[in-house]
Amino acid sequence: MKLGMRRAAIAAIAVLGFGGMAAHAQPDVKVGFVYVSPLGEAGWSYQHELGRQALEAALGDQVETRYVDNVSEGADAERVIREFASSGHDLVIATSFGYMNYVERVSQEFPDVQFLHATGYKDGANFANYNARFYEGRYLTGVIAGHMSETETLGYVAAVPIPEVVQGINAFTRGARSVNPDIEVRVIWTNSWYDPGREREAANTLLAQGADVLTHHTDSTAVVQAVEDSDRTAWGVGYHSDMSEFGPETHLTATTHHWGDYYIDVVESVIEGTYAPSNLWGGHAEGMIDIAPLNDAVPADVAAEIEDLQASMRDGEFHPFTGPVVNQAGEVLLEEGAVMSDSDLNQMNYFVEGVASEFPN
Amino acid sequence: MLDWPIRIVRRDRPLARMRYLSPLMAIVLMMLTGMLIFLALGRDPAEGFYTFFIRPISSLYGFGELLLKATPLMLCGIGLAIGFRANVWNIGAEGQFMLGAAGATGVALTFPNLPAFLLLPLMVVSGALAGMAWGAIPAWLKTRFNANEILVSLMLVYVAGFLVSWLVFSPWRDPMGFGFPQTEMLSSAALLPRILPGTRLNIAIFLAIALVAITWIVLQHTAIGFRLRVTGRSRSAAGYAGFSIQRAVWIGLLCGGGAAGIAGMTEVAGPMGQLTDKIALGYGFAAIIVAFLGRLHPLGVLLASLLMALLFLGGEQVQQHMNLPKSISMVFQGLLLFYLLGADLLVNYRLKWNG
Repeated sequence: MKLGMRRAAIAAIAVLGFGGMAAHAQPDVKVGFVYVSPLGEAGWSYQHELGRQALEAALGDQVETRYVDNVSEGADAERVIREFASSGHDLVIATSFGYMNYVERVSQEFPDVQFLHATGYKDGANFANYNARFYEGRYLTGVIAGHMSETETLGYVAAVPIPEVVQGINAFTRGARSVNPDIEVRVIWTNSWYDPGREREAANTLLAQGADVLTHHTDSTAVVQAVEDSDRTAWGVGYHSDMSEFGPETHLTATTHHWGDYYIDVVESVIEGTYAPSNLWGGHAEGMIDIAPLNDAVPADVAAEIEDLQASMRDGEFHPFTGPVVNQAGEVLLEEGAVMSDSDLNQMNYFVEGVASEFPN
Repeated sequence: MLDWPIRIVRRDRPLARMRYLSPLMAIVLMMLTGMLIFLALGRDPAEGFYTFFIRPISSLYGFGELLLKATPLMLCGIGLAIGFRANVWNIGAEGQFMLGAAGATGVALTFPNLPAFLLLPLMVVSGALAGMAWGAIPAWLKTRFNANEILVSLMLVYVAGFLVSWLVFSPWRDPMGFGFPQTEMLSSAALLPRILPGTRLNIAIFLAIALVAITWIVLQHTAIGFRLRVTGRSRSAAGYAGFSIQRAVWIGLLCGGGAAGIAGMTEVAGPMGQLTDKIALGYGFAAIIVAFLGRLHPLGVLLASLLMALLFLGGEQVQQHMNLPKSISMVFQGLLLFYLLGADLLVNYRLKWNG
């Protein structure tokens, strides 16, 4: 009966004059993107979407891209990923951590399709992961916050205590204390990546506690907006995207993500036939991390200091986690002059000296 | 006073046959309106129709996905329909689903070495019990303090969400998972066997269909089913007949919670393979639509769960293949409900022209 229904349906479509078969130039590569949140105007998925648009702009007819947004990291994700893989896409880019196990499963079934997965820790023959060194931007924004703060208290609204988020808090704290060792950083957890109401509430709590520079590791613009809506004696530092639109007066800068060049490199090498899957954790050197244009209130000498720091990160001369790294208990975890290994960074489960809040367990 | 040209007048006798035809009318009207929407978006409506309603199930794999997505909807929907028949308004199947998922995961993590033929039934039972326990809270508060079960069951959804978050962040967190909120992958013995090669479909669909069949028999052919129906139609009549309203509350919420709990089990032991804080995808809420679209009738629930599953699948496909927003799924769901309510109105009322 099922077959009969299918035939009838196909016949019906033929009668209706289904016109999806119109011929147009075949692209060299078809790419499918999977986004975790709705696109909106700023945020994690939005930055990946900018990357997709950059890819289309750079490669024109050679590439065809498709995307699905708001794909929850539950069982539906596997279907979306598989649908891309089975409908002629050469490359599937899954842009959130929670897709990892689904990408792994589907990649094993489609050996001729390449898979890229953002921020995971698994890989395979046709399955590579990529991520950015967000902490580089965090350190820079910490330096700026350290210069701008008068109350010597900074506030941080954070989603969940995974290593990536903890790296950001610690790098921000180290940056701020590199210019003012009396600074302390207070953290409030929202336990959710996207919850504008709770993010705003957390921001207001931090303001009430005297924090005068606030940043966040959550997906919405709520923290930046809360600062703008307050009495404007505090500053906001955005994340993911340049959020100055949401805090025209009080937005100092933001750590921004840039995926476009990476996507273009990968797709070009796929077209040339030279692509070989390899994992990448890129920062300033790879053009994946930058900061948004500085607020006019930031003094010129601070701006110059930031430019120097960025140049030395691009050259690989400076790493934000260069010893001594001291935890909250005062123990030296990394000797002076040593640079923290990537594997230690990826297992970071402690706060450094200067974070006033307790590490959640 | 403004004199409307049309008035709504109660029919002397409701159109009994139309009660069962109105969902079909709503579906046809939804599809026609959908075609107009595709047209308004500047797309070929036939292509839109094909991509939304046919393409998702045009392969064996797609058919498997439809049944896979329908399974938790069917389970949650049938449980809710039992309560709704007795006017017991359990809005918290989503939370009962999460508790069921957690209960089943707890068993799987505690007894990783049990063989599948013991472990899987144990997981089903613990999932059902956990869901029932979550349903028992509003039932107890309702029967003891007359607390509104709509509010209590709904608020418990958020509590359940925090509970699952806590479990995957703390005691059950995968030690090898770099701190991400997830349990380790369940052992293969804790995974429901797949039944169609090349698809993700597993034996849970049989469990769901069996529960639908059992519910049908119990509701239509036993005294319990009769009592629930009478309680739903008229509480005073039920009281005169000596039927306990309190018992109906317990039955409604325990059946709803138990079925939703089993649905949670089938999700962790099926397509997820682990517990994360993303376990719930709104099945418990979508199942409310399923129950009403299915006229609170077991067979109707079965068909409605398939349709709702198709609406989810279709939305993904129009974005993947036509670059249309996935949220069009929600538009279709809204249209369906709108037409269903409209058609239901006309079952009991008619339009009368003035003049």
